[in-house]
Amino acid sequence: MEIIGHLLDGFLISFEPLNLGLVIFGAAVGLFIGAMPGLGSVNGVAILLPMTFLVPPTSAVIFLGAIYYGAMYGGAISSIMLGIPGASTAVATTFDGRPMAMSGKADKALVAAAAASFVGGTISVVLFTAFAPPLAEVALAFGPPEEFALMMLAFATFIGLGGDDIPKTLFSIMIGLVLSAVGLDIVSGEPRLIFLDLPGFMHGVNFLVLAIGIYGIGEMLWTVELSKGKVMISQATVTVRRVLDTLKELLGTWKTMFMGSFLGYFVGILPAAGATPGSLMAYGVAKTAAKDPESYGKGNINGVVAPEAANNAASTGSMLPMLTLGIPGSPTTAILLGGMVIWGLEPGPLLFVEHTEFVWGLIASLYSANLFSLLINIAFIPAFIWVLKLPFTVLAPVIFILCVIGGYVPTMDMHDVWLMFVFGVVGYLMRKLDYPLAPAVLAIVLGPLAERSLRQSLIGSQGDVLTFFERPISGTILIVAILLFVLPAIKLFRTRVTTDGGRS
Amino acid sequence: MRKLSRALFSVAIATGIGISTSVVSEQAQAGWAPKKPVEFVIMAGKGGGADRLARFIQGIIEKNKLSPKPFVPMNKGGGSGGEALQYLKAKKGDNHIIMATLNSYYTTPIRQPGLGVDIGTFTPIARMAEDTFQLWVHADTNINSVDDYVKAVKKAGKKWKMGGTGKGAEDSLVTAMLEKKFGFKVTYVPYKGGGKVAKELIGKHINSTVNNPSEQVGFWDAGKSRPLASFTPKGKLKGKWGKIPTFEELGHGKNMVYYMQRSVVAPGGMSDDARDFYTSVFEKVYRSDDWQNYLVKKGLIPGWLTGDKLQKYFLAERAKHKKLLGK
Repeated sequence: MEIIGHLLDGFLISFEPLNLGLVIFGAAVGLFIGAMPGLGSVNGVAILLPMTFLVPPTSAVIFLGAIYYGAMYGGAISSIMLGIPGASTAVATTFDGRPMAMSGKADKALVAAAAASFVGGTISVVLFTAFAPPLAEVALAFGPPEEFALMMLAFATFIGLGGDDIPKTLFSIMIGLVLSAVGLDIVSGEPRLIFLDLPGFMHGVNFLVLAIGIYGIGEMLWTVELSKGKVMISQATVTVRRVLDTLKELLGTWKTMFMGSFLGYFVGILPAAGATPGSLMAYGVAKTAAKDPESYGKGNINGVVAPEAANNAASTGSMLPMLTLGIPGSPTTAILLGGMVIWGLEPGPLLFVEHTEFVWGLIASLYSANLFSLLINIAFIPAFIWVLKLPFTVLAPVIFILCVIGGYVPTMDMHDVWLMFVFGVVGYLMRKLDYPLAPAVLAIVLGPLAERSLRQSLIGSQGDVLTFFERPISGTILIVAILLFVLPAIKLFRTRVTTDGGRS
Repeated sequence: MRKLSRALFSVAIATGIGISTSVVSEQAQAGWAPKKPVEFVIMAGKGGGADRLARFIQGIIEKNKLSPKPFVPMNKGGGSGGEALQYLKAKKGDNHIIMATLNSYYTTPIRQPGLGVDIGTFTPIARMAEDTFQLWVHADTNINSVDDYVKAVKKAGKKWKMGGTGKGAEDSLVTAMLEKKFGFKVTYVPYKGGGKVAKELIGKHINSTVNNPSEQVGFWDAGKSRPLASFTPKGKLKGKWGKIPTFEELGHGKNMVYYMQRSVVAPGGMSDDARDFYTSVFEKVYRSDDWQNYLVKKGLIPGWLTGDKLQKYFLAERAKHKKLLGK
């Protein structure tokens, strides 16, 4: 009851004219920041942080929260429209969003992304409101063995992510893992796998460089080959009727939406994880659990719904460790944390007690930011569709430039741009040879997290592997992961038995 | 986008609610001012003490409009700061990069000669403070003093898990100091940043830490963690931090002292004008009330140094750490 009272107070705060204006403004700015490749919510929040000195702290965090939310919505736009992930959190949206756009269903994909984001955002805010303090305990209970177990679970869903060709999927995972090991060793600090002694490899292979290379450049090469120089225009239209039809169709994906929201939220509250692994895992789970996994990657609406619900849910989730523990759950919350210190607010267990107005004003604003992001997003869909109607000869150079910018901005190093081109060509070739690309992208995100937690666990347990099974949370997760690993083998065995039986 | 946001920013400023504590006229008198956003490299991951401090400094700069162009923090925490050092070395002569340092500024090049980094070639800007270390345990334990602690560790042996940042980093040196003084050996588990280490203690995944005050203060205030002793000389810390006994006061000698310097440096070959600009910016930050209050609240010891004196200090510290690391 006390919580509801706090929340109502929070709503009053969030509906003050200044705050409401900031929410709408922030959501709109965030939408565009998220849609620009290379400019994710991290950059958006960092760039606009200084603006917040002009208003009181509560309004400031409301503004930044709205940008954060808007950017989560916006990330999907360039993933779907151009095939370039607008932000790392939207990479998984490319997998099915792009094929949908290519087959003239861009409006459907955009509406699905917006609606799923809204559901994901709403569910996560409800979870946040009702269970923030107990969930902070969950985040605390996650030590290195639990983190490692969770990563294994994510890897297990990979097997579902590739086509049905498991050896090729494994190959793709291995490539991703090798690339993720490049750079300075996370425990000892020694350089590893520095190819040709190029200093650019010291900071490792940036995940966005790989994703933009494979999906942006690779996709463009692929389209060039398909069109053979002919001018290609996607068939895309949007009418109120089609939007309503899509919304109806979305009702059928409620299971995926709920799964994505819950999964995203829980992954989001774990420090060090954040929205990117959350959205990728949600995609993997949706595909593994689907009745028709082979339709994923070819334009299945569930493949857009799962990651979009998850990344919005995770962005709320990652506020939790930031506010209660002072540990950012994602790069963007790290910047927000910096802001809070400047405003004189000490994040930590006491924030909920000493600054109730701030906390609940923020939470209530998350509700309104969510709503306004949805409305702004849907209002702009016709404009986005118009972009798709441009001939490919116009669109291709634009995509190319956006890819180069997206590859350069995160590290400001030309080395990464060249590397992105290499990945583009390699990605194109892998695609021609029918290798699944998504597992490589996943492996490069999760590889460093898995390696660090594995080594910390083993150092802590003096090299005893049983530590993973002795602890209840990590043991349970690991067993589920192992079952998922074995599942394809069992399926294979069973189909073989039945076909053999049919023959005899 | 960046242009748009800058435009928005200037509109916001132009609308005139701007805070006019100090007018941007410095660049006129100093002759040099940044022409594009300044990269503020942080030698550590997000959320740790070094990161929060750098972002706080950035905030003071923004709030008081000390620079016509923003300072943009960039975390390069990989390999105990090796990533950041390499970056600074590669950016020789760049006037738009500065770096917030901690002690891995000396220790990492000593431990990794392969990096080929000589800090003597970098441009010193300013030392803002010296951060302190305390020995922390979870508040649920019945360890209330250093004596209790030594007893508990000796009983647990290698099962005692001390959390810290990378191997060879400050936390591990302080841990080695404890091991040598009290004659025990613990298992040292490295994490990516001090913030993560603090959280692991509260989650009971490790048994003790040697966190900086800023990393534990939130948990201490909430009654979740307990400081046992400070690695400082007596009388140096003020406020509630001064109430924590020092190892010296507990009769463990004067040698149980270790600081983390919080300084700002720039790449080698930076122009003198640019160096003077940054030095004057940080001097204003140092003198600001925000900074002075922060030092007291977060248990840091003030200590402004700049120019050749600072470079001398760096080189002396490097020599000291060579000994500590046994190289």
